[in-house]
Amino acid sequence: MIGAEERMAVALARLIRDPAAPPARHIAVGAASPIPAAACWLVRKSGVEVRLSLLHKRSGNPFTEGTRELFDLTGQGRIDLFFLGGGQIDGQANINLVGTGAWPGQGVRFPGSFGSAFMYMMTPRTILFREEHSARVLVPRVDIVSAPGVSEPGVFRRGTAQALVTGRCVFHFDPARARFTLASVHPGETAATIRAATGFDYDEPEAVAETADPSAEELALLRGPVCDEMLETYPDFCHRVWGRGKEQAA
Amino acid sequence: MIVADADALAALVPDGAFIALPPDNSVPSGALARALVRAGRRGLRLLGVPVSGFVTDLLIGAGCVASVQSSGVSLGEAGFAPRFTAALAAGRITMTDATCPAIHTMLQAAEKGVPFMPLRGILGSDILAHRPDWKVIDNPFAESGDPIVLLPALQPDIAAFHGVMADREGNVFIGRRRELATIAHAAKRTLVTVERIVEGNLLEDERLAPGTVSATYIEAVAVAERGAQPIALLDEYGTDGAHIAEYAKLARSDEGFRTYLERHVLHEGRTARGVAA
Repeated sequence: MIGAEERMAVALARLIRDPAAPPARHIAVGAASPIPAAACWLVRKSGVEVRLSLLHKRSGNPFTEGTRELFDLTGQGRIDLFFLGGGQIDGQANINLVGTGAWPGQGVRFPGSFGSAFMYMMTPRTILFREEHSARVLVPRVDIVSAPGVSEPGVFRRGTAQALVTGRCVFHFDPARARFTLASVHPGETAATIRAATGFDYDEPEAVAETADPSAEELALLRGPVCDEMLETYPDFCHRVWGRGKEQAA
Repeated sequence: MIVADADALAALVPDGAFIALPPDNSVPSGALARALVRAGRRGLRLLGVPVSGFVTDLLIGAGCVASVQSSGVSLGEAGFAPRFTAALAAGRITMTDATCPAIHTMLQAAEKGVPFMPLRGILGSDILAHRPDWKVIDNPFAESGDPIVLLPALQPDIAAFHGVMADREGNVFIGRRRELATIAHAAKRTLVTVERIVEGNLLEDERLAPGTVSATYIEAVAVAERGAQPIALLDEYGTDGAHIAEYAKLARSDEGFRTYLERHVLHEGRTARGVAA
């Protein structure tokens, strides 16, 4: 039995390792992101040399100049890959972490933009990730732009979204056209179910691939050494997905 | 200056003060926040450095807060910050949205005593459209057009946080959480709670000095054991997840929040001891 979280972590790991994308030598993972964190550990445990900076790691936190160090590193171009989500994400890869309705979120207020308005533009590669795949999240146009998906010519920007991974599928993003293309659907989904659940327009190949299952090796790594690394930071997640961690916490 | 307790520290905070607070992963002072609630402070203007969490939500719920400037307000894994969300919807507080590195940069400008500093990114974000105090110029060092954002120096009235220990000189050890040093450097005044007072001088110990904020910047220190709780303190103790979960649940309603204050805030400290100090 392959868990949904395992499937998403493996889909993210394959995007991280995509040889066509800019190199990922140093990846940073933000707060409360257990699935992206699992994907990064999976890449590392499968033998790829990559430096991981996990922002909320309590012991051995990599930053000794406070939280500004992540942004200083990113400003210099030393962080190659970052993950972002969104309360809303639109078809041009704009993300909204502020809220729905008029500024500053007079409908539903979300927590806020965090570092997105900087990280999205200063990182060569961003992978967008959101478990919930619905027309309420994937909208034609975000109500508020926390961080723009593409920028006008002349605006300093190192990269854009590479892809968007959800609980239902993987989209690839083409910055030249500011448009997503459906890349693969997770088991149980079809091109039609994705179209029905997605509020924005996107391109779709004639034959849509299914997201490949995690291999036995990938599952063994996730359930063993990856989980070992994540227990301290994400005990609830490790317990829920792999049935580990709580007995040690008690 | 070492004062008696967190309540004595809270007495040094005037109504309406502009206070810089670290978020839940870099050690706010839960003890000082609870003392401010007991003292009935009003009109506080809070700055999340660079985001805000439990302590900010608690102060908002208790009616101490007029405005928040932050890059995000949440209880982390426990979800949205319920009192912040309710107060914003009811129009009881105003919110000024920022993005994390902008807050660091504005404080660094204050630290250096310069009027502004530039920062990349942000162009095209609606945050910029709602920050008339942030300006865009053309990089004067570039050969062709290169728009870049300028951020004004931001000097809080007060920086408040929890440290591990202080010496009798008033130096405070904060370990690798150097953003606390930034807010202490940038603010006019810094008020700190600590677990304990130690003998000797922290700045004379080569291993401790890099994680120490010099007493130059610190106005007053009070001992508050487990004063970060329910938040974690470096390698001293972890987050009290059950407490945060209880808060997140109770704070969904006005009545529940009052129950929380009764249980965990109003009867702690000096008030409860009948001003024995």
